[in-house]
Amino acid sequence: MDLITTPLHDAFAPVAISYVLAAMGLNIHYGYTGLLNFGQAAFAAAGSYAMAVTIVSFGVPFIPAILLGLAASVVLSLVMGVPTLRLRADYLAIVTIAVAEILRLLFSTSFKKYFHARDGVSGFTGTFRSWNPFKDMEGTFLSFSANDLWVMVVGWIIVALVSTLVFLLMRSPWGRVLKSIREDEDAVRSLGKNVYGYKMQALVLGGMIGAMGGFVGALGLASVQPDTFNTDFTFIAFTMLILGGAARVLSPAVGAVLFWGVLSFMSVALSELSDIVPGDLLDSNRIGNIRFAVVGLVLMLLMIYRPQGLFGDRKEIAIDAR
Amino acid sequence: MPNRQTPSRGILARPLAAVVALGAFLALFVLAGPASPASAACDGTAIPKTMSGVLVNSADDGAPVPGVAITVTNCDGVEFEGETDESGAFTIDFEAGIGPVTVALDPETLPDGVDMRDGASTTNTLTGSLTELNTTFLIGPDGRNVETKWDRVAGLVYSGLLFGLILAMAALGLSMVFGTTGLTNFAHGELVTFGAMAAFFVSTGIPLPFTDNDISLPFIWAVPAVVVLALGFGWLQNTVLWQPLRKRGVGLIAAMIVSIGLQFFLRNVYAYLTGSRTETYQDYYTPQGKDAFGLFTYTDRDIAIAVTCIVVLTVVLLVLQFTRIGRATRAVSDNPALAAATGINVDRVISLVWIVGTALAALSGVFLGFTLGVTYQIGQLVLLLLFAACCVGGLGSVWGALLGALIIGVLIDLSTLVIPSDLKNAGALLLLIVILLVRPQGLLGRRERVG
Repeated sequence: MDLITTPLHDAFAPVAISYVLAAMGLNIHYGYTGLLNFGQAAFAAAGSYAMAVTIVSFGVPFIPAILLGLAASVVLSLVMGVPTLRLRADYLAIVTIAVAEILRLLFSTSFKKYFHARDGVSGFTGTFRSWNPFKDMEGTFLSFSANDLWVMVVGWIIVALVSTLVFLLMRSPWGRVLKSIREDEDAVRSLGKNVYGYKMQALVLGGMIGAMGGFVGALGLASVQPDTFNTDFTFIAFTMLILGGAARVLSPAVGAVLFWGVLSFMSVALSELSDIVPGDLLDSNRIGNIRFAVVGLVLMLLMIYRPQGLFGDRKEIAIDAR
Repeated sequence: MPNRQTPSRGILARPLAAVVALGAFLALFVLAGPASPASAACDGTAIPKTMSGVLVNSADDGAPVPGVAITVTNCDGVEFEGETDESGAFTIDFEAGIGPVTVALDPETLPDGVDMRDGASTTNTLTGSLTELNTTFLIGPDGRNVETKWDRVAGLVYSGLLFGLILAMAALGLSMVFGTTGLTNFAHGELVTFGAMAAFFVSTGIPLPFTDNDISLPFIWAVPAVVVLALGFGWLQNTVLWQPLRKRGVGLIAAMIVSIGLQFFLRNVYAYLTGSRTETYQDYYTPQGKDAFGLFTYTDRDIAIAVTCIVVLTVVLLVLQFTRIGRATRAVSDNPALAAATGINVDRVISLVWIVGTALAALSGVFLGFTLGVTYQIGQLVLLLLFAACCVGGLGSVWGALLGALIIGVLIDLSTLVIPSDLKNAGALLLLIVILLVRPQGLLGRRERVG
C-alpha cells in the first residue's frame, strides 16, 4: 500500500507546493520570456528569510511579514536585473547562479544573530498555525499532520490563484510582448517596445512567485535553512518545468506533482528492494543518490528527445541563445 | 527536499603556523574549562584522589607563584584546602565519588604585583573518573607569539597561487570547450571530481571480481593512470553524448541544460560510490611542512603539485600555440564556420578538446582531493570558481583562463584576511559579477557583443 500512498502524500505535500511555485516563477522567466534564470533559489530564500527574520527577530505580524518577504524578492529582482538583463542568456545564467550562491553563503555564515547560520530560522509559524481550521484532522487524510493539511490547502489555493493570474496575463497584450521577446528580442525592440523594462517586469513577477514558494516551503518545514536553497533547488524546479513543458500555465504544477510522485515511488520501491539486496548497496543515503541520478538522466533525455516536455509546444520554447 | 550538506571546511589548508597557534589556544581553553559550580551530588562511593598543578607567572618569565590558596570542592560540596609551595606547585588530597570537581584559586592570596591573565577564570571544573587530576590557572599576560594579519599575507598568497594553478588546469579545459563549442558546461566540475574519485579508487584499491585481491597502484603511478582513464572518460562522454548532440544540432541552451542533467547524474553516481563519505588518499596526505624564509610553510607535495601543474599548462599552451592541431583549435575557437571552410575537421577538433579538457580537469581533481578531501561535492564547490576564473580572464581565451584562475585563487585566500573564511568563495563570485558588468569580455577576452 505504501507504494501508492507515500507517493501520493509526497506529490501534494508542502515541499512539492514550494517547488510548484518556484517552477511557476521560472516558467515566467524561462518559458515565456526566455530569461535563463538559474538563481530561482535566491528568490525563494530572500522571500522566506525576510518573512521568518522579521517575525522572529523584529516581532512583525504575519501578514506584514509576508508582504516584506515579497518586497525582499522584488528588491532582489531589481538588484539582479538592473545590471544583468542586458547580458546574453548564458551570462545571465552564470550571474544569477552566482548571486544565489552568494546569498546562500551569506545566510549560512553571516549575521548569525538573525540567520542562525546552518540551523536556520524557526519559530515563525505561530500565527499561521493558530488560524488552522483542521486542528482535529491530525493524520486522518493520507497521514498528513494537521499543520501540513493547513499549509497544503493554502498552498494549493495560492497555486490556483497564481495559475489564473499567469493564464490571464499571458493572454493579455503584455504577455504577448513577453513571448515575442523570447522569440526575437530585436524585432520587439524595433517595434518600439522597451524590452529591458518588460524583462525586468517578468523577472520581478517570477521572483515574487518564487518567493511565495519559499513561504509555503518554510511554513511546511517550520524552519528556513540556507542549504535548502542551494543550486539544486533551482535545477530541480527547472527539471519539473521542463518535464511538464515550458510556456504552459499548468505544466509546472503537473511537472512537480509527477516529479515528487515518481521520486517518492522510487524511494519506496528501492527501500523494499533493500531487504533483498545484500550489504549497504541500498542504504537510505544511496537510495537518495540513485533517485537523483535518475533525475539527472531524465533531465538529459527530456532535453534531448522531448524538450517540449509532456504538454509543451515544440515551437514555443526558448531554446537558442544566440 | 534534497537537503544536501555543503561542507564548511575551507578550500585550502591554512598555513601550518596558524593551525598550531589555534591548537595551542584550544588546548588552553579546554584546560581552563568553563566555570560552573558543581551542584550534582556524587555517584558511587567516594575514593581518595589528588588534585595537583603548578602556578607560574608569565609576566616574570615563568617564575613560580608560592603561597596561593587553592580550594577543591568535590561533587558533594565538601571543600578541601591547600596552598602552593615555593616551586608554585600544589597537591591537594581529597575524596570524591564520580562527578564534577571544582578547583578555585583565591585571587586575594596572590602575591603583590602578580595578577591573573585578563579574562582568565579562577575556577576550573573537571569531570572524568581519573584519580590524579591536573589543572592550570593562567597568571600574567599572554606571552604566546600572536600572528598578525600581515604575517599571513605571504602564506595566503602562496596557498592561493597553488590553488590557482590547480584550478587553472580545469579552467583551461572549460574555456577550451566554451571556445570551440560555445557551451557553458555545468558538468565540468564533475569531471574534476572524476579525477579525485579515480585517484582514490586506483590508489587505495579496487576489488577484482571473482577473487579476494585488490588491484591498486602507488599514488605516483595512480596519477598518470587517472589521466589515461580521464582521456577515456572524455572520449566516452564525447562519443556517447556531445557528438550526437552536435550532429542533431541541439541548441546551446538545451545543451547547457543537458550538462546540468549530466552534473546531477555524475554527482549522485559519485555519492553512491563513496556512500556520501569524504575519503582521503592513503599516501602523501600529511606531509612534513617546511619553512620558507620565515614567510610561509610549504611541503614537498605542494612543490610536486605546482611543478606538475606548470609543466602540464606549459605543454598545453605550447601545443595550442605552435602545433597544427593547436592552430586548428584556435581557428575553430575564432570562427567554426570559417575554420571548416579552410578544411579543418571541426568535429575532430572539438572531440579532441573534450578529451583533453576532461583529462586536465581530472588532473586538477586529483590534486584538489588533497585539500578538499575526496568527496562527491568537489565539483559543486569548484564549478562556480571555474566559471569565475574563465569569465574574469575572458570566456574562451586560453591565457585568460590561466590568469583568471590565478587571480581567483589568490583572491579567495587573501579575502580571508577581511571576511570569514566560510564566506571566501562569495568574494570570487562577487568578482565574477563585477567583471561581467564592467568588462563582460573578461580581462583578456576579445570585445564582442554579449547583450
